[in-house]
Amino acid sequence: MRAPREHYLEVVKTTPFHRRTQAANHLNLWHRWRDYTVADAYFDVALEYTALRNACAVFDISPMTKHRISGPDALAFLNRLVTRDVSRIREGRVGYCVWCDDRGQVIDDGTIFHLGHNDYRLCSQERQLDWLLRSALGFDVSIREETAEVAALALQGPTSAAVLRALGVSAVESQTPFSLRVVPFEGSSLMVSRTGFTGDLGYELWIPPTHAERLWDALFEAGMHVGIKPMGTHALEMARIEAGFIQAGVDFLPADRAIRTDRTRSPLELDLGWLVDFNKDHFTGRAALLAERAQGSRYRLVRLDVEGNKPAKDAYIYDDRRRVIGAVTSSMWSPMCKASIALASVQMPWGDPQDTLWAEIYYQKELKWSRSNMRCQVMSGAFYEPARRKITPPPNV
Amino acid sequence: MTRYDVIVVGAGHNGLTSAAFLAKSGLKVLVLERNPYFGGATVSRELHTGWMYSNCSYVCGLLRPEIYRSLDLGRHGLQIVPYGGGVGFTRDGDVLGGYVDKEVKRREIARYSTKDSDAYLRYGRDVMRQCRLVRSLLMRTPPDPSSLKPRDLKEMLYIAGEFGKLGESSIYDTLRFYTMSIADYLGEYFENDTVKANFAGSGIIGTALGVYSPGTAYVLLHHYMGDVDGQMGAWGFARGGMGAVSQAIAHSLQSMGGEIRVNASVAQIMTHHGKVKGVALDNGDEIEAPIVLSALDPKRTFLGLLSEQSLDAALVKRARHFKIRGSSGKINIALDGLPSFPALGPNHPLLAGDMHFLDSLERFERAYDDFKRGTWSKDPYLDLLMPSVTDPTMAPPGKHFMSVFVQYVPALIDGRAWTEADRDAFKKTVFAQISRYSPDFEKLVLHAEVRTPQELESEVGLTEGNIFQGELTFDQLLFNRPFPGFAQYRGPAKGLYLCGSGSHPGGGVMAAPGANAAREVLLDLRRPTTVPGSWSDD
Amino acid sequence: MTDQKPMVVIGAGHNGLVAAAYLARAGRKVVVLESRADVGGAASTHEFFPEFRVSSVAHLTSLLDPFLYKDLRLARHGLVFSKTHLKTVALDTRREALVFDQAHIVAGELSEGDRLAFAPFMLRMQRFAQLLGRQHGRVPPRLHWDQWRDAWPAARFGFDVRRLGRDDMREFLRVVTMAIQDVLDEEFSSDQLKGALALDALLGTKLGSRSGNTVFSYLHRCSGQSRLGTALPQGGVGAITQALASAALEAGAEIRLNTTVSGLQVTAGAVTAVMLGSGEQIAVSAVLSSLDPKTTLLRLLGARHLDTELAQRVQHFRSVGTTAKLHIALSGLPQFTGVQFAHVGERLVICPSSLYADEAFNPAKYQRYSEQPMMELSLPTVYDSTLAPSGRHVLSAIVQYAPYDVVGGWTAARAPFEAVIMQVLERYAPGIGSLVLGTELLTPVDLEERFGMTGGHWHHGELSMDQALMMRPVHGIAQYQMPVKGLLLCGAGAHPGGGVMGTAGRNAARVALKGLL
Repeated sequence: MRAPREHYLEVVKTTPFHRRTQAANHLNLWHRWRDYTVADAYFDVALEYTALRNACAVFDISPMTKHRISGPDALAFLNRLVTRDVSRIREGRVGYCVWCDDRGQVIDDGTIFHLGHNDYRLCSQERQLDWLLRSALGFDVSIREETAEVAALALQGPTSAAVLRALGVSAVESQTPFSLRVVPFEGSSLMVSRTGFTGDLGYELWIPPTHAERLWDALFEAGMHVGIKPMGTHALEMARIEAGFIQAGVDFLPADRAIRTDRTRSPLELDLGWLVDFNKDHFTGRAALLAERAQGSRYRLVRLDVEGNKPAKDAYIYDDRRRVIGAVTSSMWSPMCKASIALASVQMPWGDPQDTLWAEIYYQKELKWSRSNMRCQVMSGAFYEPARRKITPPPNV
Repeated sequence: MTRYDVIVVGAGHNGLTSAAFLAKSGLKVLVLERNPYFGGATVSRELHTGWMYSNCSYVCGLLRPEIYRSLDLGRHGLQIVPYGGGVGFTRDGDVLGGYVDKEVKRREIARYSTKDSDAYLRYGRDVMRQCRLVRSLLMRTPPDPSSLKPRDLKEMLYIAGEFGKLGESSIYDTLRFYTMSIADYLGEYFENDTVKANFAGSGIIGTALGVYSPGTAYVLLHHYMGDVDGQMGAWGFARGGMGAVSQAIAHSLQSMGGEIRVNASVAQIMTHHGKVKGVALDNGDEIEAPIVLSALDPKRTFLGLLSEQSLDAALVKRARHFKIRGSSGKINIALDGLPSFPALGPNHPLLAGDMHFLDSLERFERAYDDFKRGTWSKDPYLDLLMPSVTDPTMAPPGKHFMSVFVQYVPALIDGRAWTEADRDAFKKTVFAQISRYSPDFEKLVLHAEVRTPQELESEVGLTEGNIFQGELTFDQLLFNRPFPGFAQYRGPAKGLYLCGSGSHPGGGVMAAPGANAAREVLLDLRRPTTVPGSWSDD
Repeated sequence: MTDQKPMVVIGAGHNGLVAAAYLARAGRKVVVLESRADVGGAASTHEFFPEFRVSSVAHLTSLLDPFLYKDLRLARHGLVFSKTHLKTVALDTRREALVFDQAHIVAGELSEGDRLAFAPFMLRMQRFAQLLGRQHGRVPPRLHWDQWRDAWPAARFGFDVRRLGRDDMREFLRVVTMAIQDVLDEEFSSDQLKGALALDALLGTKLGSRSGNTVFSYLHRCSGQSRLGTALPQGGVGAITQALASAALEAGAEIRLNTTVSGLQVTAGAVTAVMLGSGEQIAVSAVLSSLDPKTTLLRLLGARHLDTELAQRVQHFRSVGTTAKLHIALSGLPQFTGVQFAHVGERLVICPSSLYADEAFNPAKYQRYSEQPMMELSLPTVYDSTLAPSGRHVLSAIVQYAPYDVVGGWTAARAPFEAVIMQVLERYAPGIGSLVLGTELLTPVDLEERFGMTGGHWHHGELSMDQALMMRPVHGIAQYQMPVKGLLLCGAGAHPGGGVMGTAGRNAARVALKGLL
């Protein structure tokens, strides 16, 4: 039986939390995340961001593409798919990973949730069903997209653990980063993973859509006294850049969507070499990445601390002889670092910490445009990473 | 008697385009048209009072924007209106909607196959990669690979460079595109037959090949390489019908001093000692000019306008065997109201789009088998559009114009000419297929114009009614179009040029052959070119 | 050298044996594993009726690599031809058969125009075919600009095309993708001639005479480098593999019969062992597989050892066989209408027009067999007394189209299809039915079962342009060496493809030796 043909009348779908997010969205600002609409901002971007870093904030991640991968060859399949060794992601753990095409170019990044024996969930920003099904040739594995079957919220920020405790999630203190647990919730089950896209202490909560609104309500009630707020994509974007995380379609072009095939990047070129394990069995792109390792990469992703206070939006990056050697992919003024920070892709061999790089910044104040060349310092690691992100048990507030 | 610098034979969109670029360079140009109206196959005709029929070509997506801008067609009255999507009807009463919104379209495909719905993204990517390559060659003169002239070598290098940019894997894909059948190609992406059928139509429109025939993958590309305002693969209407395209080019031409003479049928291109002298008209008039461009197809140009004695035997043989097979017909219909399509329901957005009624590859191929055996398809492939849903100028308020492109329709029935009875039976075949999906359609028909390849040939001058002025297979593409050694727009006599769709890059309302031919003329005259180059796509 | 691990060749068909012989001659330790009880694979001679023997699949040779003959001294190993330079006899029910060879019309009626056009056309096609033939012995190029060494053969091919001269080059680039019927229509008016030539373009393909690319398949069929023309090996095609086996054994190769390979073991990106059906494992230094690409890569190796896109390409390698074989034991020599006695042992073809070929093809598009199949017939016993008792004869017919995936399955379709073939034969050789002692029909499904080629495809996969040269079997692995170290493809699924040629085996052996030097 085919699905009803009238689906076209609902061009953009709403998430299971929509009635709640709509009520909370005082600005009525939305944007489209593929099939769904999500809030860009609820009341004030800066305050939403502040809630995240100061108390906690809730972000609706239901539109995230989720795939369920199970069957006797699930592990073998995933190991051939992604560059890291999935056998090291034990049951009850979550792992960040990337996967490549035959040329060793990154298709997407995502997280693998090891739910049970040979039972995994793969979450990614882009749709991946075609690639996953094509990669399944020769494996005894079942792959199903379950985006609509799982509602999800990200609860992030220093008081997030306290909220969960108040919600009655037992032993939340003992939950280590990148672990997941399933707890009962109002007759259903709630999966809690200590994961997130903010670089802060935080959790992601996964629940059947039937219980979505009840979860939202319970969270806000439990968080009433610890500053819980809803957060839109703008505030999340700030946290994401501060954490130094990359995003598909922004910091790299997904290789399976590229019309111009020379515009893609390999994991080595995205500073994700640590995710590539050449010692495990074959994975797609292995030969190409080995060749790249031997011959050298073309590009490198760098995290830049840009002099001055102007965000280096879309800026060209120059070396100190005024040659264009790259461009900024993500940038912002960081409230936590009090610095202009940026992610940029530069040609090799540039991008070592001692290199002097310059960003050409165009900005306007009250309709007057100005241009400035700002010195950039190459940083290593995240721009902002509070200790609470990794401590178990997490600090109380 | 007035002397002209240039005479262009045939006032179709390509002939007019050549003329306009030459006039722009300051040459004195005369365009001669056999019919009492100009436009060739790019016309709007009021064949039923109050209705405008785009009675040959009916959609506009390939027209090169460089030409549009360079000839200032917007100011000369042209407006391209994109239209929304397309829809395939299935025998079980359902539809497969090609919605404009790409997520909706994906979800629609998922109703047939989840796997295919995601494969669609990859399919689109691979087709676009190839379109980029093809587009980079449209506004250029193909090199002669057997030549060692610097220009040819340079052009070969340019093509090699464009190939290189594709990346290794896509280079093989290019080779596969030119040699594979659309069915095999689609098989690498899709599993569902209805989904495949939905994409297969573009592989056969206007060609005498079936979906299983190697070479049809390229034909698909030919239909996808257009764009409307940067939306690759999009199609639109010319507001007021396709005649608006030729009107705008003609206005542009006239504004630069060019002349168009209708009711002027050229009988012969006169040559003397291998040089063009001018043309002789059917009425005996002779008009002199050192340069003549023919927008007619290669068969008509070489075998009709030039005397056979002036050509060498090998060329006559080439022209005679040039594949220019009629394979399509058209029915233009004035409707008393909007017909209902129960599978869509009223006010459906896809009523504005193309409609198709073949839901399996086997039906496509059986349609081709009928054609191979010498008759029109009994279960034909239709590309049905109601431009008046989008463009209010096409029919009186509340009434509608329906354009039905029909494939396959042979030039001859069992080797003999079409009779009135054939035409009638053919119309019945087409109406029956439409009525199956629109029960009230026939009741609304006020007037219908049936055009078989025979009418396309006799009225528009397209040999065998082939809409591309020659099959779009590799042996007649690029440096092979129309034949090896004549792909650079120059004819066998000095001063003679080909500027129609029979030359690179081929058919469709693209105007690129006309522009490219004008560039070659100016090059030979050592005049600065007025023809724009391609816009970069990076 | 202490390297005691052998190089293993999987499959003792002609390509496997050729590879083994060359490797052994180069001093390698070589083991050939063959699942059947005898060598030969699809290039065998078998007894199909008591005391009647016939070539199992291909029954004539025209493509056999001349280097083999010389390098492996096949003559010394017992290969003799009972007849060479066979002519083509185009049968017709109403008129004298048209008999021709590479450049001459020997018998039959033909218009003056066709007669005049014949030799120039055939010679031009020969020049084009030889251009392709020159590529056979070369490792196909890879088309990327960054490594000129890989792209060099492409440039060389370009020079070869240029060397044709301006007119031939232009004509080559024009016709190579065309449909055979269009090219023939440009030259000839005789249906009889056009039908016979079209058949050559179509045998072994899933294409009709109006399908593009059939000029290419015609050229491939004519691309043999052998000086023997179309030839009939004494004792059937199996004699070739017997001689090759003898050459391989003499050079020191070991051949293990009745040995099925169940898989390949991969360690750290290299093939390290071959696993046998018996459970035994053989540690190897390299494996050359003469099995088809799908069997080799997806079944024995496993897609998991390949990158995703490559595995998908292999999966989509088109290999639906459309060719069947009918063997008939005859009590006497049949009488073919319009054929002189002197020509009955030549290559007889039933394809009276290119339209006939196209009509034969049409059902295959819908997974149905031809109601009017076209055929290539050989009566090897006219020249070869070793195949049947004295005075008796064998008729070997290659019949097209018989799609592997026939609707309803071959169990049901077998008898009616055989009846269809017999009806056609009866029309061209009235009375042949009364001479029949016994028959054997091999459909593509039988070929798959017997010889293991996926889809029962003679050439391991369609020999169309999109699966030829640097795209055979698929792009990225067209240079014999597979992405897994130590694994090579040496069968008809690799360049230059099918036909009893042996060049794939020779090329692969060369690549294997180079890789290990």
